[in-house]
Formats: sequence, structure tokens, C-alpha cells
Amino acid sequence: MRLAIFADIHANKQAFTACLDDARARGTDRIILLGDFVGYGADPDWVVETAMALVADGALAVAGNHDRAVGTPSETMTAEAQAAIEWTRGRLGAAQRRFLAELPLTAEDDDRLYIHAEASQPARWRYVRETADAARSLAANPAQLSFCGHIHQPALYSMSMAGKMTQFVPPAIPGADVPVQLLHGRQWLAVMGSVGQPRDGNPAAAFAVYDTDQREITYCRVPYDVEAAAAAIRANGLPPRLADRLFEGR
Amino acid sequence: MAGMRMQQGIVLDGFTVGERVHHGGMATLWQVTRPDLAQPLLMKVPRIAEGDDPAAIVSFEMEQMILPRLSGPHVQACFGAGDFARQPYVVMEQIAGETLYRRLPDLPLPYGEAVAIAGKIALALADLHAQHVIHHDIKPSSVMFRPDGDAVLIDYGLSHHAQLPDLLQEEFRLPFGTAPYMAPERLLGVRNDPRSDLFSLGVLPYFFTTGERPFGESETLRGMQRRLWRDATPPRKLRADYPPWLQEIVLRCLEIEPAWRYPTAAQLAFDLGHPDQVKLTSRADKLNRDPLSTAWRRRFNGQVMPTRTPSDVAAQLATAPIVAVALDTTEGAADLNEALRVTAGRILAILPSARLACLNVLKLNRLSIDRTLDEHDNNKHVDRLVMLRHWAQPLQLDAGRLTTHVLEALDPAAAILEFAAVNRVDHIVIGARQNTRLRSLLGSVSAKVAAEAGCSVTVVRPPKRAGDP
Repeated sequence: MRLAIFADIHANKQAFTACLDDARARGTDRIILLGDFVGYGADPDWVVETAMALVADGALAVAGNHDRAVGTPSETMTAEAQAAIEWTRGRLGAAQRRFLAELPLTAEDDDRLYIHAEASQPARWRYVRETADAARSLAANPAQLSFCGHIHQPALYSMSMAGKMTQFVPPAIPGADVPVQLLHGRQWLAVMGSVGQPRDGNPAAAFAVYDTDQREITYCRVPYDVEAAAAAIRANGLPPRLADRLFEGR
Repeated sequence: MAGMRMQQGIVLDGFTVGERVHHGGMATLWQVTRPDLAQPLLMKVPRIAEGDDPAAIVSFEMEQMILPRLSGPHVQACFGAGDFARQPYVVMEQIAGETLYRRLPDLPLPYGEAVAIAGKIALALADLHAQHVIHHDIKPSSVMFRPDGDAVLIDYGLSHHAQLPDLLQEEFRLPFGTAPYMAPERLLGVRNDPRSDLFSLGVLPYFFTTGERPFGESETLRGMQRRLWRDATPPRKLRADYPPWLQEIVLRCLEIEPAWRYPTAAQLAFDLGHPDQVKLTSRADKLNRDPLSTAWRRRFNGQVMPTRTPSDVAAQLATAPIVAVALDTTEGAADLNEALRVTAGRILAILPSARLACLNVLKLNRLSIDRTLDEHDNNKHVDRLVMLRHWAQPLQLDAGRLTTHVLEALDPAAAILEFAAVNRVDHIVIGARQNTRLRSLLGSVSAKVAAEAGCSVTVVRPPKRAGDP
């Protein structure tokens, strides 16, 4: 089975559409949604509606901190993120807000764990910035493969049987989306890049495909209509910085 | 970790296990067969019994990831792999013959033979680097040869693939590799610089021509660390007749700073193939190592050197292409040659490590059986070389970046194509005439080159003037 894994869509309709199309063209059978459907972007309504339809169709979804913040105003966030969430609350209907509020923090399937931030304290939304963070997450959950997002920068960590860590950053070069085999005998933590607000210096939308038979993960980058996504953010009176950063991927 | 007992006669994923042909510290090799594959195959099985070195496991994991992604004549073709869930193995093509290790009793070798061997390995490395892989264990026992002479690089257990996770990066405190051949930066934990392989490759011709390893055989970390500041004894000190051009090449490979070595394996192969064009610097006639005072300053003033920025293998290769310009010397080609110089200048301006090979084809009108040149031919040959230098002069290239070549051939296009293929040229720049009369008479050289070259070709035309037909 081939899984298409999306994280941090952040209400970016243009980016999510481009990624869904690309995933379909790559022949994926199942969709995994790693949270942060809303926040920052201008199309929370459409993105949540789409996510609900995908879940009804068999997709797996977990909650991100922005999704939780819609119903829990106490979540601490940056000023820009806070402003975007307040705006988002006024855009979502009751069913959509309920969908976000009821998303689980983690989901498991076979030998795979799905989580938005990391596994040691899922509700604390800690970032996986380096091998020590990845090691903490892998030690906290025995699943052989963990998939997460949250940091908006793609990476792949492994822990050997002896507890040694490795870190790999998939090259952000067109054509370098080569499949990486997640070898048996190691635990792996695959950190997704962001669909709707990439922050690794590459403005292209990011997602990944995981082939459960070949045990291979492919990190994919998809160019999308950044202009339109940024224009929508500005048109809705959201902080302009949220539009500008999409062009830089920062 | 499951494991099945490997023995002759068992069948694993369709492979029938035959005779055990090698039992080493890290792995065991078995001959295997599969009904649909006619060629001889080897199955490599890592040693993972209790108490075995965990390095064997990680090295095997690397090989298992990298081997299936490699292709071409310079690697063993891979036919399957199994992982630690059941029985770890890789099945690959068996190369007939022995590794270069078998030649060690014959050392020192004649210069010509050692240079030919190094040239073949350099071409193999160029091909490997182009596939994003740094070998990291170039040594005699990692090199084999196909019947047609192509070098085959084996053993990828310590290699680095720029597009795959490097499982060795944090696994071991000591740098892994073979001490006499290991580049100094490896001791600092650098694993992503393809020029580390050029250092190891430089050790080979040094060793093969002198019988001595430039940095001895010390296996201790302390002994190995000396190479971070102490340079190798110039081979001329060991063999008085050492060709200066060869010493230049060898010592350039053995530079402590990766940036002072050849930028690419292809450029190194180019020099090994054109001894007369090697720029002789102070390396060429050195008789002694650098004075101790220099070495000590190097040792304790480490901070003056720029810190090495992590480099992408592909990006590094892309900045150091070999560009060949084919020039026409017939009358009326002045405009075209000027246009060629402008184009070449543009390419070189953005690529400071690129090198330029200027070609001219001396067209033979007959198949000459006697290849010795008469005086007239010889003069013509020299005239052309002078012309090529003169053409390139305004580009103001350092002598190390410019070479000139007069090719003699019946078919100019074929000669240019062959030169490009043999010398791993990345980009051919060639002129095309506006005047079609000659072209229709002779057939277009540039069209044939553009159609058949294995690399990029830029076809340059002289500017069209007002009033031209």
C-alpha cells in the first residue's frame, strides 16, 4: 500500500490541492493527515471540509496545536499565529470545529505511529529540531516507524539497535525525490515538511509518500500558486508577514 | 533479529546457494545461481553473530541501501537484497579476476602502468561521484578490472550517498576506513566531500610507483592525525627519476586542504591522460617535505583556514566541468572563432573551477599506415597548437585550467566525439557556419557532434550582419 502523508496544511488551499493532485499522480492508496489543518492561511473552511471528506473516505487524521487552539483559546502561540486563529474561529462552522476538536493526538496502524509534534509528550507540542529530540520521541513509543510534522522542515531520523542516532535532510533539489528504504532493525522518525507553509528555504509545498511493501519513503516537493495563496491572506486582512513568508519558504 | 542458517544448497528468495568463496571479518561471500540469470553471482552475507562488531551491521545496511541504486560498468550490478527481518544479504554480479591487492608483491610498478591504473580508477570515481556516492574506502582491495579494462569499485560499506541517510555519521567515534588511504578531513568527521576519494586515489600511484605508502601504515589515531598537518615525502626523494608531472599530480591529490586538490575525479583523469599538459607548480620538483616550521604552523594555526562548509556532491561536480571548444582554423573562420570565445568566456566566468580544452582537428586526407610525422606535418601540428593558445589568450586562464589538443583524423566529428567520451567532457562548444555551401558539401561537423555527443553541446554561430544573405 502507498500512503500519502500530509502535515501542516495551514489553510493553504492552493498548496493542498497541488499536493493532493501530485499524490494521486504517484498512485497512492491511502491518505494520512498529520494535523495543523488551519492557522496562517486564508482557506480554513475549504481545507477542513476537504479533510472531513477524506476522513469519511478512509483517511487517517490526528490533531495539531493550531487545530486544538481553535477550541481552546488558552493555547500559547506567537502573535501572528494568534491573530490567524482568532480570524479562523469566525470562519468555521460547528461541524468543522467539532471535527477539529475531536481529532485524536495520535493514531497507530500496523508498525506505524502518526503524531503531529513528537511522541514523548504529544500535548506539549515539542519540536523535533535535532537528534536528541528525535531520540526522545522514539524512546517514548516502541513503534518502528513514527511520522510527524510541526517543525515545517523535512528530516529523517533513525535509531539503531545500539541506540545510535542518524539524521538526514532530504535534498530540496528538483528530481532528488529518491525513495529511501526504512531498513528493518532500526526505529525511524520521518518528519514531514509543511504543505501550506514550508520553512526550509524552499517555497514548494512538501509531503511524503510511504510504500508499506517496499518500506520506502519518498519526500516530495510540489510547486503551487504561491501568488494566489498570498493574495488570499492579504485580502482577508491577516498579518501580511504570513503572505510574504510563503514566497521565501521561511 | 531472525536468521536462517546459511549453507550450500538452500534456496533464498529464488537464489540457490552454492559454494562459500570467502569468509572475512565483516561478511561471507557465497556463489549463488538463479535460473533466469546466466552470469556468475555472489551473495554477500554480513557476520552478525553475537559478539561481532556492530560496524558489520551498519556497513551492511549502507551497502544494502546504496548498491541497488548504482549502475554502469564501474560497479557490480545488484540483483537483490534481503534485510535483517529474515536473512540479510545482497546478491551482486561476480567480477572475474583478482583485486588490485594482488599486485602489491610486484611493487614498484613502471610509471606508465601505475598511471594507467590510476587513470582507470579516476574515471570510475568520476562515474560514482556523478551518481551522488563517495566511496570512502578506495584502496587496492576495493578495485577490480573488467576484461575490457574498466575499473570496478567494490565494497560500499563505508560509502556516503548524498541523497540517502548516512547511517555511519554518528555511529562510531573513530573514523572508519583504511588508515593508509584515509583523507585527513575524515579524521575531523567530514563525510560529504568527494575530494576525500581523490586523496585516497593519490595514495595509490604514490605507493605503486615507490613501493612506500606516503603516510605509512600507522593504525593509531594519533599516528593518523599527523596527516592533518604533515605533508608526504615527495616521491622524487624515493625515486630520483620521478617524472615531475606525475609528482605534481600525486602531490596535488595528497593536499591536506580538499580545496587544493583536483576539484573532480574527471579533471584528475584528464591530467593523468595528458602528461604533457600538466601545469607544473612548485609541487613538481619538490625534493623534501615542507620545513618543520611550516608544518608546525599548520598544526597550531588551524584556525586561519576557512571552515569547510558542507558541500553537496552534485553541486561540487557541477561547478567544475570540463569544457571542450572545437575551433576551426580555415580561412574566414575569424568571426566564428570570436563568437566561440565569447561563449566560452561566459561559461568560464561563472564556473571558476571549470577547465577548458581547446581542440582543433587536423584533417588527414589519407589513411596513413606509417604514423610517424614528416617534418611538414609536424610543423602543421605545432602551428595549430600555437593558434589554439593564441585564441585562448584573451580568456586569461590560469595555465592549470587550459589545455590545447590537435587531433588528427579523417572524420573531424568522430574525433571530437571520441575526445569528449574518453576525457569525460561535460560540455562541447562548437561553431557552425552560416554559409551553407561548404556544409552541404562536407556534411556538418557541428550537427553530427550535437546529435551524437553524450554530453551537452552548444552550437555557436557568428553574428549575422546586415546585408548577409
